[in-house]
Amino acid sequence: MDLTIMMYLIPSLIMFACGVYGFITRKNLIAILISLELMLNAVDINFVVFNRFLFPGQMEGMFFTMFAIGIAAAETALAIAIIINIFRAVKSVDIREINKMKF
Amino acid sequence: MDMTLPLLILVLPITMFLILGLCGMKMSHKLAGTLGTIGMGITAILAYTVAFTYFFSGNPDFVTAEGVRQQFEVFNYDWLAFTPTLIVQLGFLLDPISALMLVVITTISFFVHLYSLGYMHGEKGFQRYYAFLSLFTFSMLGLVVATNIFQMYIFWELVGVSSYLLIGFFYTLPSAVAASKKAFIVTRFADLGFLIGILLLSFFTDTFNFVELTSNPGTTISTLSAGGTFMGCSVVTWALCLIFMGGMGKSAMMPLHIWLPDAMEGPTPVSALIHAATMVVAGVYLIARMFPVYCLDEASMDFIVIIGAITAFYAAVVACAQIDIKRVLAFSTISQIAFMMVSIGAARPELHEGLGYMSGMFHLFTHAMFKALLFLGAGALIHAVHSNNYTDMGGLRKYMPITHWTFLIGCLAIAGIPPFSGFFSKDEMLTAMYDNSMFLGVWMTMVAGLTAFYMFRLYYMIFWWEENPHYKDHKPHDSSWTMSLPLIILAVVSCVSGFIPFGHFVTWNGEPYDIHLKMSVAITSIVVAVVAIALATVLYRKKNDVPAKMANSVKWLWTAANRRFYWDEIYMFVTHKIIFNIICKSIAWFDRHIIDGTMDMFAKVTQKVSYAIRGLQSGSIQTYVLWYFAGAILLGLVVWMMVI
Repeated sequence: MDLTIMMYLIPSLIMFACGVYGFITRKNLIAILISLELMLNAVDINFVVFNRFLFPGQMEGMFFTMFAIGIAAAETALAIAIIINIFRAVKSVDIREINKMKF
Repeated sequence: MDMTLPLLILVLPITMFLILGLCGMKMSHKLAGTLGTIGMGITAILAYTVAFTYFFSGNPDFVTAEGVRQQFEVFNYDWLAFTPTLIVQLGFLLDPISALMLVVITTISFFVHLYSLGYMHGEKGFQRYYAFLSLFTFSMLGLVVATNIFQMYIFWELVGVSSYLLIGFFYTLPSAVAASKKAFIVTRFADLGFLIGILLLSFFTDTFNFVELTSNPGTTISTLSAGGTFMGCSVVTWALCLIFMGGMGKSAMMPLHIWLPDAMEGPTPVSALIHAATMVVAGVYLIARMFPVYCLDEASMDFIVIIGAITAFYAAVVACAQIDIKRVLAFSTISQIAFMMVSIGAARPELHEGLGYMSGMFHLFTHAMFKALLFLGAGALIHAVHSNNYTDMGGLRKYMPITHWTFLIGCLAIAGIPPFSGFFSKDEMLTAMYDNSMFLGVWMTMVAGLTAFYMFRLYYMIFWWEENPHYKDHKPHDSSWTMSLPLIILAVVSCVSGFIPFGHFVTWNGEPYDIHLKMSVAITSIVVAVVAIALATVLYRKKNDVPAKMANSVKWLWTAANRRFYWDEIYMFVTHKIIFNIICKSIAWFDRHIIDGTMDMFAKVTQKVSYAIRGLQSGSIQTYVLWYFAGAILLGLVVWMMVI
């Protein structure tokens, strides 16, 4: 059986939808961060797949994905650091209790 | 003429006002009072010098070789130049009447300053009082030397303000505050007419300047006549009558007289200065200033005569039934000013060289002196008895001889008994009125008789009648020299000023002539005055019940006169019931419900909408993302539909 482009895109779409759903509904900061990563990775898959199927002779999509993964790692580290600091301050990572910056 | 002296006359009082007004509170009472009095004394000397130079130096600027007195602008400075034709100037005009007024104002003002040293001794706000007196003197001097009608209007308002400040001097008394507001509002209302008159006049003649307006009155009238007619009267008549309306307000002519009796709430020296001698004659002065224009318009002259004649009679009747001595004097002032108005209004250049003009100004001069004397005398009485009502006085002649004799001289002068000054001026005025029409002459002679009657009624009620039993506890006595000296000097002036050959100084066109006593008029007026005085003597010399019986027999008339023929009530009715209740309330309703309502509706709708959608702004990122996501899907759908 040939691997068609849809076989990559549909799991990627599911991953992205899960990410969106998790981002909107989860109350735990860590879970929100994981959802964010899911969306990012779904997009990365799309990049690679489109590069592979539409422009087979070129490598820009691959490199862009590598680049995005690198940035995502750095960003995750930053986000984790913020979450840890919030936890130290509020003793919780529940997003409903982190509303002190509102006022 | 050098402009230093005239300028100093204006600068000195305003400087004194600034000094006393700004630094007065740091000075002692004595220093502030002395400073104000000395400043006023110097101003008086300067004014006398200027007037003397004007009348007697023979300078060709002031008087031609034929002896015709000229108008002379000492300086005329462009103050506000809006356009090349619309320029408001400030200047100093010397002519017979302004020189006369300089003398009158500074003299009375100086005596009032001196008198107040004693009268206001120890009052709270003594320095403020002197500051206001200086402000008033400055404004009044600026008014009389105005070179143009707009400058006059500015100073006209300034004297109104000073009058307001001084009437309300005892600002803790509600009656004084009410009186000051009343005076200000009534005169302001009249000044609205004045302003419209000025605008009409200057719109059609293209000038504010008095000299230009009055040197060629024929041209002025003909350019004004080009304006056509409005409501049956020509523009000339409208402009002149509206300008006269300003004079009616300031000079307390009917129906705008209601503020003057209430203005007596102010300190008595203020009444003497502002509400007897100087400010209230501003209306007469205004008509005199514009006389060459007025005398060419028969209708407005008749208007002045009618208003004046009615006011003179009305005020004289009311004065007979007042109990407060200051109010009697106030109504007497209204009556006498109306006398001057009638006199000027009755003057015609073709009759006796405009005798009425000369005699009106003559009476202005003599009246200022003897009325100031009477008011200052009343002040001394009030100071001694601590009451304004003659019912608390009586038999005072033994206790206060100086006040008694000076007051008597004042009464004789106002009653028109020779050789006191009032006789000469009143006789000339009556001659002018008889020349104008027989009826007017008889009418005003009757008013003169009433004047003599009520003044002597007042005199007997204060100094004879019956001794008040309270004198045993608190013996009244003459006041200190600062209060007695002005009385004595003014009494002397009232005795001799009638002999001034006034026709040589002030005439409507500057040409001098000799005054001749017309025997028929003189004898009639003397007889009328003597009869009136005799009547007052019979009725009021000793305590008896005849006056009370007479009052009771015509009780309605007495009450009506005592209540000033209900003018205040009529005004109250018109302002409160009609204007406030009907007109103002409906306008207020419209404002509150329609205009404010529209604006409130906008605000309310905005508020409601904001309340409804404020939940969107929750601050929760996740909600935003949800909305963003929904929007993105919607957008995608739309694009998809469009592509298909």
